[in-house]
This record gives sequence, structure tokens and C-alpha cells, in this order.
Amino acid sequence: MRILVVEDDPILMDGLKVGLGLAGATVDDATTCADARAALAAARFDAVVLDVMLPDGSGLDVLAGLRMRGDATPVLLLTALDEAPDRVRGLDCGADDYLGKPFDLDELNARVRAIARRGHGRAGPLLKVGALVLDPATLAATLDGRSIALSRREFAVLSALMERPGVIRSRMEIEERLYGWQEEVESNAVEVHIHNLRAKVGRETIETVRGLGYRVRGPA
Amino acid sequence: MSSLKRRLVLILLAATGVIWLCATGWIYASSRTELEHVLDTRLQEAARMVHSLVAGGNIAAAAAVAQAAGPPDAGYERQLSCQIWSLDGRLVAKSGGAPEEALAGPAEGFSERTVNGEPWRVYTILDPDKGVRVMVGDRIGLRDRLVRDLVAGLLAPVILIVPLLGLLIWISVGRGLAPLNAVAGDIAARDGEDMRPVAPAAAPAEIRPLLEAINGLFAKVEAALRQERDVTAFAAHELRTPLAGLKTQAQIALAAPDAPTREGALRHILVSVDRTTRLVRQLLALAKLEGTPAPPPEAAGETDAGALLRDIVRQTAKPEAIHVVVDETLDTVKLKGDREALHLMLRNLHENAIEHMAGGGSIAWGPCAGGLCVEDEGPGIHEDELPLVTRRFYRGRSRSGAGSGLGLTIATMAAARAGARLTLENRRDRGGLRASIVWQRGAA
Repeated sequence: MRILVVEDDPILMDGLKVGLGLAGATVDDATTCADARAALAAARFDAVVLDVMLPDGSGLDVLAGLRMRGDATPVLLLTALDEAPDRVRGLDCGADDYLGKPFDLDELNARVRAIARRGHGRAGPLLKVGALVLDPATLAATLDGRSIALSRREFAVLSALMERPGVIRSRMEIEERLYGWQEEVESNAVEVHIHNLRAKVGRETIETVRGLGYRVRGPA
Repeated sequence: MSSLKRRLVLILLAATGVIWLCATGWIYASSRTELEHVLDTRLQEAARMVHSLVAGGNIAAAAAVAQAAGPPDAGYERQLSCQIWSLDGRLVAKSGGAPEEALAGPAEGFSERTVNGEPWRVYTILDPDKGVRVMVGDRIGLRDRLVRDLVAGLLAPVILIVPLLGLLIWISVGRGLAPLNAVAGDIAARDGEDMRPVAPAAAPAEIRPLLEAINGLFAKVEAALRQERDVTAFAAHELRTPLAGLKTQAQIALAAPDAPTREGALRHILVSVDRTTRLVRQLLALAKLEGTPAPPPEAAGETDAGALLRDIVRQTAKPEAIHVVVDETLDTVKLKGDREALHLMLRNLHENAIEHMAGGGSIAWGPCAGGLCVEDEGPGIHEDELPLVTRRFYRGRSRSGAGSGLGLTIATMAAARAGARLTLENRRDRGGLRASIVWQRGAA
């Protein structure tokens, strides 16, 4: 899951990056409205955590601009203003959820997972393809009811493929889900992760489509 | 019922009453003069008539005419009394009801006399040829009654009309004041949040200045409310954001899978606690500056600028890369004003300078005309933001992570309390900010 966090307080920003990262997300950061607009224009995110009071303007304006372009990326507003009228205004601006500061990190993670999964058109919390089940909340994976141990990155690659069974994901798309901007992308990392995953969940589960990418075969 | 209405009705009634009374007095006086004149002429004519009969030798007829003047009764009939006297003082004839006593003295013409306790107005004709004196008199009491009855006739309708007039005035004033009531109703029906101006265009010209004043007040109250709301919102943001950071970092420290992550989180907690401590200190300083009255200028002592600054520099933590210089000549400068305010002002300026010099550099405190100044080597402040940075919670575009947006606000308020003025400008010789504190009448 790739998430954009827009927050100007450096310590809270660090906390969000580390906290969301521990829950299995890849986090990009922006500290101003301008940075946030640039980031949203440049890449696709599974969810955005957006502060309202930013040094160069209001996060609500960024949100309004995003919705104006027809971008449906799920947005969770994070703000100190959490009186009912503020929440109503935020939601009416196009936010999917609203969380007042200070918040509980686990609750934030759960809410981000929830809006991200809605963004992918799913209501259920679990990712299921055949006998393979992923639980994004606990980063746990089971095959035929047996638990399998996956690293954070492996889990991210597998969930990217399982979110849309049968759809081909290019290597680049998978890399985007794995690495933030500041991170160095290892050249054959995706191939290595796919190789390891096949060993754990079965060769036939992940199919290579030559020249295009990978896909998980749908239940059909 | 508005008291304005009652006042207007009373004033109008009183004014009408006074005018009526004046008019009545006028009519009374002029009627009386006119009446006196008419009655006097009648008296004269009656006397001449009787005299002409006497002159014709017909004393008996004259006596009969005099008799016909008749006895006095309650009405105005036979008001006149007539006496014919011989020159030797014998009463030749008199009308019925005329007293036995002479109505007038021996002189000819008009005279007044009290006979049997009753005042008379008499016209006398003296005829030496016939040896008679003809006197025709009027009872003055009767004349007075005539005037009184005339005026009473005028006043009677007034007594009837006054209540009717009062009612009319009451209704008219009520109608005249209706726009005022409408405006009052409009304002009374509002809740505490509704600060829309009252429409002065629809109101009568007389109350328009009042409405404009009320609208002005509305605007001021609304601005104050908005300012308060903004400050509350900013304070909430500035306090809750570090708290959110603290909580998140604490949860990370608890859940951290490895030692470096935990250590990083704990370090962040320490920094955040320091920062929040400073924010709370600043909020308290601000509350104190706003909440307590400034001490009287004569109670304020003098403080040694150099010593105070060195205290502040010693107490304030700073990165290694920042070098602070306090000019030695400041030791000879005595600062006027409340010591606490001076300390707050200098400390916040010093902290502000440190905050904005993440890259290191030097901070120089020195004297300047009429006070002292500090120069840093930070990024300075955008020219268009210079007037804004002293606002509460305002953080410029070149904000530092640690700032609360309160330092310069506190410094400005504390400077004002110490009787000085804080001026901020960008340095011309290089990048950086120059803050000068100038006392109107010199530092010492």
C-alpha cells in the first residue's frame, strides 16, 4: 500500500512515516500544499493522509483541487480542528474520513486500510484468491488455512497482485508500491520477491506475462 | 410601551395645552377691552338719551326711562342703573334697583365708585342750564361675569377636545415610531451569531445614524469574534499537533520491532517534549502579558542590558554551529522598563534568531540609536510578511520546524510594556533579520 502523508510538523511526520511503515505501507511525504499537489499529480497513491493547516494554505484546497480533477484517491483528513462543523466541511470537500489530533496510531492505520480497500472497490477486510488469504490488518497470510511467513515487502507485492485478481501488474507498478521516492530501488528486487513468493504460495499462483508483468490467476 | 412614545405624547400635549392657555389669555384680554369699550359707549349713549329727555324738560319721561332700566336681576337684562340729581344734591329720579346713594362724584365723564360694597362704572353728564346731573352706571361685577361667560364658552369645547386630541396624538406618535419598533424587532429577533448589518436604507433618515453606529459596532464585534475563533483554532492546532506527534512516537516506541526504531522514537519524544514545554511557556507568557496591567512607568527600574543579555544567552540552549556575540558597549546601556518584560522580549528575540539559523552562523547583539538591536544570519522574512509575523501564531513561509508563531508576538507585546518599540527589517549587507528595540526617550 502506497500512502502520501501531507503534514508540516517534522516529529508527527516522522511518526506517521514510521507508524504507517510498520503496518506495511510505503510512505511518501509532503510538507506543503505545493509539494502535495506535485506528488498527487506525479504518482498514484492508495490513500492520502492530509493535514488541514499547512504553511502555504489549507489542505482542504488541495483536496478540492484533487476532486475537481476527478481523482478519486481516498483521502483521510488529519487535523486539530475536529469540531462537528469542521468535520462536516472536510467530508463535504471530498474527504473519505476524518481523524482529529491527537489520534491513536492503530486507529489511523485501520482507517487508512479501510479507505484504501474501499478505493479498490472491496468491502471485506481480507484479500482472497482461491485458497490464499491475506489479512492487511495483521500482515498475516494463510494458504489452505496454514499460516505462511512473508516479509513486509513480499506481503506488499502479493497484496498488490491480489487486489485485482487476473489483472496484469507491470514491474514498475509493483516497484511503485514498494518504494517511496527517497528509497533506492534495487534493480531486480521485484523478480527476487516474486521468486521467493512462488516458493511460499505455489508456483502456479503467480503467473508471468512475458514483457508485461505479473498476475495472480483469478478463481475462475 | 417605549418611554420615547410617552415622552413625545406628553411633550405634544403640554405644548398644545400651553398654546391653548396663551390663546385663551389673549382672547380674554382682548374681549375684555373690546367689551369695556362697547359697554362704555352704551353707558355714554344711555346717559345722553336720558339727558336729552331731561333737556327737553320732560323729567317725568326721563324718570320713566330711568325706571325702565329696571331692577337688577340675575341676567344681563336691565343692567344699567340711572340717577338724575339736581345740582343742589337732591335725587330727582332713579331707575328701579338703582341705589339711593349717588353713583358718582360731582365731576362729569367716566368714573368708578363703590356703592353699598358694589363697584360701579358710571358716566355722568352735568347740565348747569337745567340744573341736573344725569348718572348712568354699570355694575362692574356684571361686566366681569359677561367676560367670564364669554371665555367659559370658548373653553368648554377645549375640555371636550383635549382627551380626543390626546388620543389622536397617541395614535400618531405610535404610527410615527413604527419604523423604530420594526428595527428594534429585527435586532431583538437575532441570535448572538447574526452580525448582518441592519438595512439602513429602509429606515427613516432620523434613525439612520443610529443604525449606522449599530452596524459599525456589529462589524467590530464580528471581527473580534473571528479573531478569537482564529486564535482558538490556531492554539488548538499548535497544541494538538505536537501532542499527536508525541502520542504517535510513544506508540511506535512501544510497538517497535527493533532497537534503532525504538531509540529514534524516544529521541523524537524528547525533542517534542522540549518544544511543547517552550510552547506552553510562551502561551503562559502571552496570557500573562494580556491578562495583567502594565506596571506604572515610575515603578519600573533600570536594567543593565549587557548583564541581562548574557543571562539569557547562558540560559538558552543552542546548536554548536551558532555563535553569539554580545557587544561590550551594551554593559554601559541601562534599559528602562519592567525587568520581566525586558527579559521576555530579549529572550524571545534570541530564541527566534536561533530557531531560524539551522545552518549555523552568528547572532550579534549590539547598541543602536535609542536602544539596542540583534542581527542574525538566518533566511530573513519575506518583505510582504514583515507586518504579519508579529501576529499570533503566524508562521512565515520560511518557517522553522520548531517555531510556534508566538515568539515575535510576545517580543512585540513585551517591548510595548517596557515602553519601547520593536522594529523588524531584513539586513541589507547579507541575508538575515535585524530586530531593533527603540525607546522613544532613549534607553537610559
